Amino acid sequence: MASHGLGKEQSIQEMIAKSRNKKGKKFIEKLMPIILVITALISVLTTIGIVFTLIFETFEFFQRVSITDYLFGKEWLPFSGSEPLYGILPLVLGTLKVSVIAAMVAVPLGIAAAIYLSEYASDKTRRTIKPILEVLAGVPTIVYGFFALSFVTPLLQQLIPSLKIFNALSPGIVVGIMILPMIASLSEDAMSSVPNSIREGALALGATKLEVAIKVVLPAALSGIIASVVLAVSRAIGETMIVSLAGGATPTFDLDVTGSIQTMTAYIVQVSSGDAGYGTTIYYSIYAVGFTLFVFTLIMNLLAQYISKRFREEY
Amino acid sequence: MKYIDDTVVMKRMKSRLKFNVVWKTIFLLATLLALLTLVILLVRIVSQGAGYLNVDFFNNFGSRFADKAGIKAALIGSVYLMLIIAPVSMILGVGTALYLEEYAKKNKFTAFIQMNISNLAGVPSIVFGLLGLTIFVRMLMLGKSLLAAGFTMSLLILPVIIVASQEAIRAVPKEQREASYGMGATKWQTITRVVLPAAVPGILTGSILALSRAVGETAPLVVLGIPVILQFLPDGLLSQFTTLPLQIYDWAKRPQEAFQFVASAGIIVLMILLVIMNSIAIFIRNKFQKRY
Repeated sequence: MASHGLGKEQSIQEMIAKSRNKKGKKFIEKLMPIILVITALISVLTTIGIVFTLIFETFEFFQRVSITDYLFGKEWLPFSGSEPLYGILPLVLGTLKVSVIAAMVAVPLGIAAAIYLSEYASDKTRRTIKPILEVLAGVPTIVYGFFALSFVTPLLQQLIPSLKIFNALSPGIVVGIMILPMIASLSEDAMSSVPNSIREGALALGATKLEVAIKVVLPAALSGIIASVVLAVSRAIGETMIVSLAGGATPTFDLDVTGSIQTMTAYIVQVSSGDAGYGTTIYYSIYAVGFTLFVFTLIMNLLAQYISKRFREEY
Repeated sequence: MKYIDDTVVMKRMKSRLKFNVVWKTIFLLATLLALLTLVILLVRIVSQGAGYLNVDFFNNFGSRFADKAGIKAALIGSVYLMLIIAPVSMILGVGTALYLEEYAKKNKFTAFIQMNISNLAGVPSIVFGLLGLTIFVRMLMLGKSLLAAGFTMSLLILPVIIVASQEAIRAVPKEQREASYGMGATKWQTITRVVLPAAVPGILTGSILALSRAVGETAPLVVLGIPVILQFLPDGLLSQFTTLPLQIYDWAKRPQEAFQFVASAGIIVLMILLVIMNSIAIFIRNKFQKRY
């Protein structure tokens, strides 16, 4: 047999077999899948890391603060030196206030925009507007936070004179603007996937475009729309910079939206920007709050996945 | 017996058509309102900050005085951070996507990884900050360094890069792989010489978009305890640093009115950086992406 090259006596099969038997190549063929599995495991390790970090440090926190005080306490005063109080409810309520206001802004506007883009707009209009919505979704949250503090709050103060500099209303509205593109874009996807034959059937029976949109397309796409809303609200709950800048740092347990509040995320930022020493109860409290936040968003995300899988209309 | 009463239909038709037009207008206005917000936001920030954009602004470090405050350390810090995030997140992300698309069998383990990735994408960024604080800053003792922040941010955008890479790899038609095998190529040869070259534009586009998200991200860095005002440039992987969003956050928090303008100027720089990155991503997508 020829030592190498295109010897006449060598068939292609033999060449392939020979090249396959080269040691280095065989080694790489075996090695690469292992390396790739390891990279894939990093994402699993990240989740495990998050869960264990939060659980361990939260456990440490509950060695010092009773879990019932934490879950049902109506006062969050970690910085009061002699008798700090760690009741999570004010932080949860602050988060919910912002998220509800955000949803009140984003859900009607987002779904209306989705209906317009999917049912009324021409292809050309849709191709112009969708990228602009994507730009809106790509604006960093710190920019939105600055916008809320320096523009939306002063504007609202002219309408509602009793509004404080830090309040729930302004960050709520701006978080709503932030999640609007998400609802609009995901809902539009859901509506666009409703087949045209169904629309045409309704139109042929004499329905107007509005009736087709509301009575035919909307119900058919409902699971996708609800999933998009749940995902967006989950994003609102985890939003940090807007509420840190414009929401204030006063955890309160009431339904007032004109006064200063504090959300779970804003508390974590407040403690991190200050110098809470490692090992203090305040240091561990950010993990407990982070864990609570994680549970909230995880439930919302699983709910969104469940809705879009369980109630999907197949065509 | 009459099933459809023409006169009733005719009577109602007018109001139904009117409703249609009214609601169409409402839907259009809702869409335009979203676009209008973007315009107001941009106009507002440019009009406030443009006056502060000059050579000094780029040459000065952070300062307690508005007229001396500059963005040099933050801009360089953001660029350095990007240089760490890009390779780390892309190696991990593309590797995972290759495994899932090319090697993984359809079994429970694969489904678990896939579900894990989609759930990881929904975890708030501030929670990644807590992870980084415990694992990278404290356990691995990297401190509040470029490396600790780079790793944290890489994990944050990892799910986005994985999903984008998976889509790009999936879009490479099966025939191309089979042709490659038919010529006697091994699996890894097929991946490096056929699949990856075809998927690279999609992977790059997705990765740059993910990277631009990391550049604008603030919350995890605050949790890691990255300082906001630095008088020096980072000189190594373990050096302290600051970034544009952190610097803007610090300025926006300050009560003096002058800092509002400085913050706007900082935002303009950040937005220009993001626009450049997004333009590169769109350029790659339009120029190199093949349709099969």
